[in-house]
Amino acid sequence: MIYPEYQNIFTQVQVQGPPEMGTETEAAATERGTSASFSTLVGWLGNAQLGPVYLGWTGMVSVAAGLLAFNIIGINMLAQVDWSIPEFIRQLFWLALEPPSPEYGLSFPPLNDGGWYIIASFFLLVSVMSWWARTYLLAMEHKMGKHVFWAFGAAIWLFLVLGLFRPILMGSWSEAVPYGIFPHLDWTTAFSIRYGNLYYNPFHALSIVFLYGSVLLFAMHGATILAVTRYGGDRELEQIVDRGTASERAALFWRWTMGFNATMEGIHRWAWWFAVLTPITGGIGILLTGTVVDNWFIWAQEHHFAPMYDGSYGYEAYGSYDAFIGKEN
Amino acid sequence: MLPKWFNDWNRERPTDIYGPAILVGGLGAAVIVAVALVNFGQPFKTESMQTGPRGTGMSVPEFVVEVKKADPTLEEYYTEEVYVPEGGEALAKDVYQNVQVLGDLTEDNFNRVMNAITSWVAPEEGCAYCHGDVDIEEYGKDDLYTKVVARSMIQMTQSINEGWDGHVNANGEVGVNCYTCHRGQNVPSDIWFKVGNVTEATAGWAAVQNRATSLSQYTSLPSDALEKYFLDYEQISVHDLEAHVAESPAEDGVRTWQDAERTFSLMNYVSNSLGVNCNFCHNSRAFYDPEQVTPQWSTEQLGISMVQEINADWLVPLEDVYPENRLGPVFADAPKAACKTCHKGYQQPLQGMNMIADWPELATTGAPVYE
Repeated sequence: MIYPEYQNIFTQVQVQGPPEMGTETEAAATERGTSASFSTLVGWLGNAQLGPVYLGWTGMVSVAAGLLAFNIIGINMLAQVDWSIPEFIRQLFWLALEPPSPEYGLSFPPLNDGGWYIIASFFLLVSVMSWWARTYLLAMEHKMGKHVFWAFGAAIWLFLVLGLFRPILMGSWSEAVPYGIFPHLDWTTAFSIRYGNLYYNPFHALSIVFLYGSVLLFAMHGATILAVTRYGGDRELEQIVDRGTASERAALFWRWTMGFNATMEGIHRWAWWFAVLTPITGGIGILLTGTVVDNWFIWAQEHHFAPMYDGSYGYEAYGSYDAFIGKEN
Repeated sequence: MLPKWFNDWNRERPTDIYGPAILVGGLGAAVIVAVALVNFGQPFKTESMQTGPRGTGMSVPEFVVEVKKADPTLEEYYTEEVYVPEGGEALAKDVYQNVQVLGDLTEDNFNRVMNAITSWVAPEEGCAYCHGDVDIEEYGKDDLYTKVVARSMIQMTQSINEGWDGHVNANGEVGVNCYTCHRGQNVPSDIWFKVGNVTEATAGWAAVQNRATSLSQYTSLPSDALEKYFLDYEQISVHDLEAHVAESPAEDGVRTWQDAERTFSLMNYVSNSLGVNCNFCHNSRAFYDPEQVTPQWSTEQLGISMVQEINADWLVPLEDVYPENRLGPVFADAPKAACKTCHKGYQQPLQGMNMIADWPELATTGAPVYE
């Protein structure tokens, strides 16, 4: 049987030996964990080495606040099913911690009508922002660029728009998104319907372009690199400044395919911007909804990009119900 | 187990048997599937009913095996032609006592209607279900709740056929009679009761949703949609009709996404009741726009008003008549009707069968027209 190793979904090269503990810095000496281990299973998906974890004070704050938020949400759900564990499991996807009722505006509502939601949101905010700080501090520690920090910031922008900026502009915490599996999806649908169809929001459209574009770029890049791994193409950083046959072949492949190719450096800039622009444009679209534009379909008609379709509607125009159910020809 | 010469022979002549085996097996299976498809047809074939202009994607798709299947309750339907009066027949009010609604029918037609109602509503219990297990001379008494309810329901049926002609006869004469809801059962299926708050630990907006209940169609949407719209006459539409509107959700009367969820819950109910999707009535790109809806949308608007009237004028007032076991589990309220009580998952109840053709007595509050 032909079984080429590059057609495998798992990593084909694993390194296991004495653990690599990382750069010794002053902060690392006090804040970094000391244990590291190896897992072959984990090695199939990435690096076989697990640890050491460098949580630091920001990580500690983040995990603690995140756990608090998670537990407040969970315990509220448990209270809603009268503390019944079987019912909690059964209804888990239906349950939610809901934002306050609309009449409370931006005031602090009763605990059982959104109060707990505000408290959980506060701890979630602390947790996320602290983790954001961590991405900055760890990059500093390694004298890295702050690309991860800014990329995470883009995601946080959307998170803050949904839960903080837009509710404040709308004058009501009730506008925030419920914490629950199905309920947050219901919110999404209801939000789109309430404001006249979010698909006519150009920033929503841009966000979709960047989201699907990210997926496409990721697949193209991953496939290209795997395809030229046999020529050393997976040494991407070296190939940026010292272009070898792997880069030449990859470049030629795409240039023959579509007349243009990215470079070993450029493809990563494409990927980063597509990923980052997804939540940035999405966040702008959400922020404008209900604050600036209240009916996107009508807005689209006013700006001439919602075409009207001429034609009839309903039963008589396209055949009868009786014909549909086979009662007549 | 196999003889030595056989194993030796095989060992000396190594042959790839798996390749051809897979090839032959694959081809053989393909042939069998192809022959089966040609002879028995594609089991998951769908048929779509177009509901809007090309380019809008408006259609209601159904599996052919399901959509072509006759409603099983059609078979159980009992009907009987009218006895056209020639004048001079005895009238029910002269023959029987206490005939308040159908007294002007001839005796034959009155008995015909009574007989049909029995088979539609109480086929197993028979006349005794409403009249009690007594001699026929005592049938005039009103001491059973079932009889009081039945009288009111006959009046309701007449009133629906007369007053809501635009809904029940929207696509040709269909109308309703007792069987439209009852289908041979004492209590129609798909009735509903108020459920109120679905949690005790929460208040306000959070208290009426996020539980899988029959009233939320097992979604996490609000469970109080039928109650709010069909009893309390709350506003269903949620949209602003201008691109820019100055309003805040904290203001009274401003439609919020929470209202959109409740509307969505109602629309789910309507979809399931009729076995259709959103496109049956709406162009889903602009749900609110009355210029992009199908004629069914107008029929549905009438239907909603009809359900509100049925509940307010006929069903809720019977609350004191029912015994406890017929009342709702939470609020001990009277059973109520909505779309599914008649439609039972079909675009037209009983797939559009004419329910008043043989029953002019039930089609009008006035004197029936016999033809």
